[in-house]
Amino acid sequence: MEHIAIIGNGISGVTAARHIRKLSDKRITIISAETDYFFSRTALMYVYMGHMKFEHTQPYENWFWKKNRIELKKGIVKQVDTESKALHFNEGDKLKYDKLIIATGSKPNKFGWPGQDLKGVMGMYHKQDLENLEKYAPNNKVCKRAVIVGGGLIGIEMAEMLHSRHIPVTFLVRENSFWNGVLPEGESNMINKEILSAGIDLRLSTNLKEIVSDENGQVKSVIIQETGEEITCNVVGLTAGVSPNIDFLKDSKIELGRGVKVNRFLETNIPDIYAIGDCAEQYKGIDQRRPIEAVWYTGRMMGETLAQTICGNRIKYKPGHWFNSAKFIDIEYQTYGWVWAQPKENEARFYWEHESGKKCIHINYDKDSREFIGINNFGIRMRHEFFDKVLNEKQSVDYVLEHLADANFDPEFYKLHEKEIVTKFNLENNSNIKLKKKSWKRIFSKA
Amino acid sequence: MKLIKQSGIILFLIGLGIFIATVFLGSFNLKQEQLDSFLKEKNYKSTIIAGELQKAIVTNDALNIFEFSSRVRQAYATSNAHYDNLIKKYDTEKNWDKKGEQFQYKISGKLHSISFSLAKTSGKGLAVNNTWLMWFLTFGLAIIGALMYIIPDVILLGKPGIKNNGIFLNAATNRGWIGWFAFIFLVTFYILLYFYPDYIVNWVYLVDPISKSISGNPASQWFLYGFLYCIVMTVMAVRMYIKYRHNKYQILRTTSVLFFQIVFAFLIPEILVRFEKPWYDFKNAFPLDYDFFFKWNLQELLDSGAFGLFILVWGIILTIVVVPVMVYFFGKRWYCSWVCGCGGLAETLGDPYRQLSSKTLLSWRLERIIIHSVLVFVLVMTGFALYTFFSGKGEILGIQTQTIQDIYGFLIGAIFAGVIGTGFYPIFGNRVWCRFGCPLAAYLGFVQRFKSRFRITTNGGQCISCGNCSTYCEQGIDVRAYAQKGENIIRSSCVGCGVCSAVCPRGVLKLENGPEEGRINPTDVLLGNDVDLMNLVNKK
Repeated sequence: MEHIAIIGNGISGVTAARHIRKLSDKRITIISAETDYFFSRTALMYVYMGHMKFEHTQPYENWFWKKNRIELKKGIVKQVDTESKALHFNEGDKLKYDKLIIATGSKPNKFGWPGQDLKGVMGMYHKQDLENLEKYAPNNKVCKRAVIVGGGLIGIEMAEMLHSRHIPVTFLVRENSFWNGVLPEGESNMINKEILSAGIDLRLSTNLKEIVSDENGQVKSVIIQETGEEITCNVVGLTAGVSPNIDFLKDSKIELGRGVKVNRFLETNIPDIYAIGDCAEQYKGIDQRRPIEAVWYTGRMMGETLAQTICGNRIKYKPGHWFNSAKFIDIEYQTYGWVWAQPKENEARFYWEHESGKKCIHINYDKDSREFIGINNFGIRMRHEFFDKVLNEKQSVDYVLEHLADANFDPEFYKLHEKEIVTKFNLENNSNIKLKKKSWKRIFSKA
Repeated sequence: MKLIKQSGIILFLIGLGIFIATVFLGSFNLKQEQLDSFLKEKNYKSTIIAGELQKAIVTNDALNIFEFSSRVRQAYATSNAHYDNLIKKYDTEKNWDKKGEQFQYKISGKLHSISFSLAKTSGKGLAVNNTWLMWFLTFGLAIIGALMYIIPDVILLGKPGIKNNGIFLNAATNRGWIGWFAFIFLVTFYILLYFYPDYIVNWVYLVDPISKSISGNPASQWFLYGFLYCIVMTVMAVRMYIKYRHNKYQILRTTSVLFFQIVFAFLIPEILVRFEKPWYDFKNAFPLDYDFFFKWNLQELLDSGAFGLFILVWGIILTIVVVPVMVYFFGKRWYCSWVCGCGGLAETLGDPYRQLSSKTLLSWRLERIIIHSVLVFVLVMTGFALYTFFSGKGEILGIQTQTIQDIYGFLIGAIFAGVIGTGFYPIFGNRVWCRFGCPLAAYLGFVQRFKSRFRITTNGGQCISCGNCSTYCEQGIDVRAYAQKGENIIRSSCVGCGVCSAVCPRGVLKLENGPEEGRINPTDVLLGNDVDLMNLVNKK
């Protein structure tokens, strides 16, 4: 029986394993050093915040793996011997494979800051980070202040986590507005305000110079690059992005860039070795996606795709239209299609913000053809299916505005703003778009 | 703000403490004429019960309720024992005629209920004489304290939004010691209410004036329960309004259950009684209202003229027409989390415990077995009851209708719905009864599962499997298992509380009513994915 070894029990590896099992009888082993069972990494924050227990982050009950004959092995892979097709573990044992899937995910970036390995300095990525945070920041008596370095999604999540336990947080962001490499000005500004109004000490255009140790090798303070200010703190969160977790492959024959290089079939340069998820790097970004995508659903999609290939049906990885979502403290965010931080030459934009400053939408479309390119929606939920269809059918911005009621996905009885939005658009563009009533028929009709 | 909150909890606890202490207050004894009028009403055939009761409770001693209860029960036991002895005696003498005669003298009935009605006429002390003062020191302080504890959350919880911070770090909401105390308190309360009403007669005294002002009658323990139910729901609804003030679905739903509880379950039935009509809760549908087709109820309705007939017809239409039609259009939520009293309590008092329901496959299996067994039980029992009503025969195949009714009333009506259904909130989550026991929910569930426009739509591929939805599902549905596959959630047990949608950080879930076609698995493509691939994935 063919033996498929999967390094990494995150969403990519587990999805691959599940689908291989659906399609075949192959022997499957998932290897992880992090946890015994698959859990949802994105939910770690809720465990610290007390919304959930760790067990709630596990999508499958513990009997699931045995029942589906997916072997789980705990261990750290030290070396991949591509010649003899064997994995060598730190613990000294080895495991033979016929096919190998590398799905080791990411690790937090560290940029060589002085003091970055002190006690009380941590990322927020692994389960061990959560345990560390629980140790160094159980409450605001032990941790009197925390400093977060790096203004991305994990940074704001970590700020929210600490804030939930009433620990004062200083949030250092290199850019002059939160996440403005991704978010356009309006949205970025809205999130700046959200962070500040939650009582988090947001410092924009601020870099970390060094982390200062106390006599026990623990964090005592950080020093700011620009002003030299010293901020006393007990915990430092390093959240300046993530990069592929592939150090153990450095001496192997597998071709590496920033991640494990793969083709559109998710194959590496070595036959029978594949890479999926955060650690895989496409030679060239697909459509307008980046070569490395550290996104939950792309990991899942790669796992599904690769399972087909491994089970004898070799197919390309073809992600559909870009979409994503996040939550910034109390503001939910979704995006469908592309809305770049800076408009491209052919693009026109429409931005509407609610008077509360907690909701906005930002639509991107082609200046000349009026084709809809993408939407950012904050504080308003939108229907994925609607925008997927719009993008497939290359509908115009006018179509989207006309059918905004179909697109809305807010819970029932929520106040809707479609009229206001369309009115604003008409005013700015001298157009006469009329909002159509919501139609179930349209919503559920197939493209 | 914190200070107000802390003072609130202290006031609440003082109120609760005095409430509990009230049980032990006061004294009970009867005057001869009180006993005489009681005996006249009861018209016992036993010749010795009058003497026994007189010896026991016509006294100048100030008996506390426990002594009083014990003496009353002893008097009945003595009387019954007397005739049991005679029965035995005539049995050994083979004097069958004499033996047969004795049975009529035996007194059946729940002794604690008899003791309750005697105590209810003969109490003295603070609760009886200073009712309003004591009302204020118990209900009053507890209400004020609870509100002082809850209202500062407007500020303390932070800005509107999902604030579940610390729920699993708190001893009250994570089966910690506070949870276990709440469990013991609630279970004890229900046991007293159902089986030892005489012990809580002082509590009933506290609501006498209110009962008199509504129905004109002194309160029973059921009036106390109804009143307490409304108070608890109202106070905890304030908590819901604050916690979900950003979510209009939750606000409206909470208002609706509160309205139906106070007006339909509490005020209207009591007012009906004032006009000498049968006590009836117009929204309480069979088979949740399990004694609707019992002989005594049908008889009472038929004896109440046109109005009784109206209730009878309405009760039948409610169950066989209104309920399924509404479920077809809106899902069972219209009943379970917009109208129902049990649901109302679960969604207000029970909301802090919703995360404690078990999500395992095993509990889902148990759930289906148990709830459908209860449905079968109630239907068989109703079959017996109707047969008895129409044929006049008390038994079928040697099984007494009354026995079945008694077993159901005890096991399901009292133990399951009350003691376990509410008492176990702090341990097994807030919908124990609705999930595992309620036969109406089982019936609604069939309609919802097979013929309804309701679904929880999963928003394409946005799910990140975080598990908030499953964790906060009070019905123990593993919502995530569907959401992460892009499947809509169509489950018979879903009561449509809308909290999964509220707690989702990525806007994945939406409760909605739409065309039946494509309701189940409308997304053969997990959105964002390659269509060709998904065709392969979905190929069986």
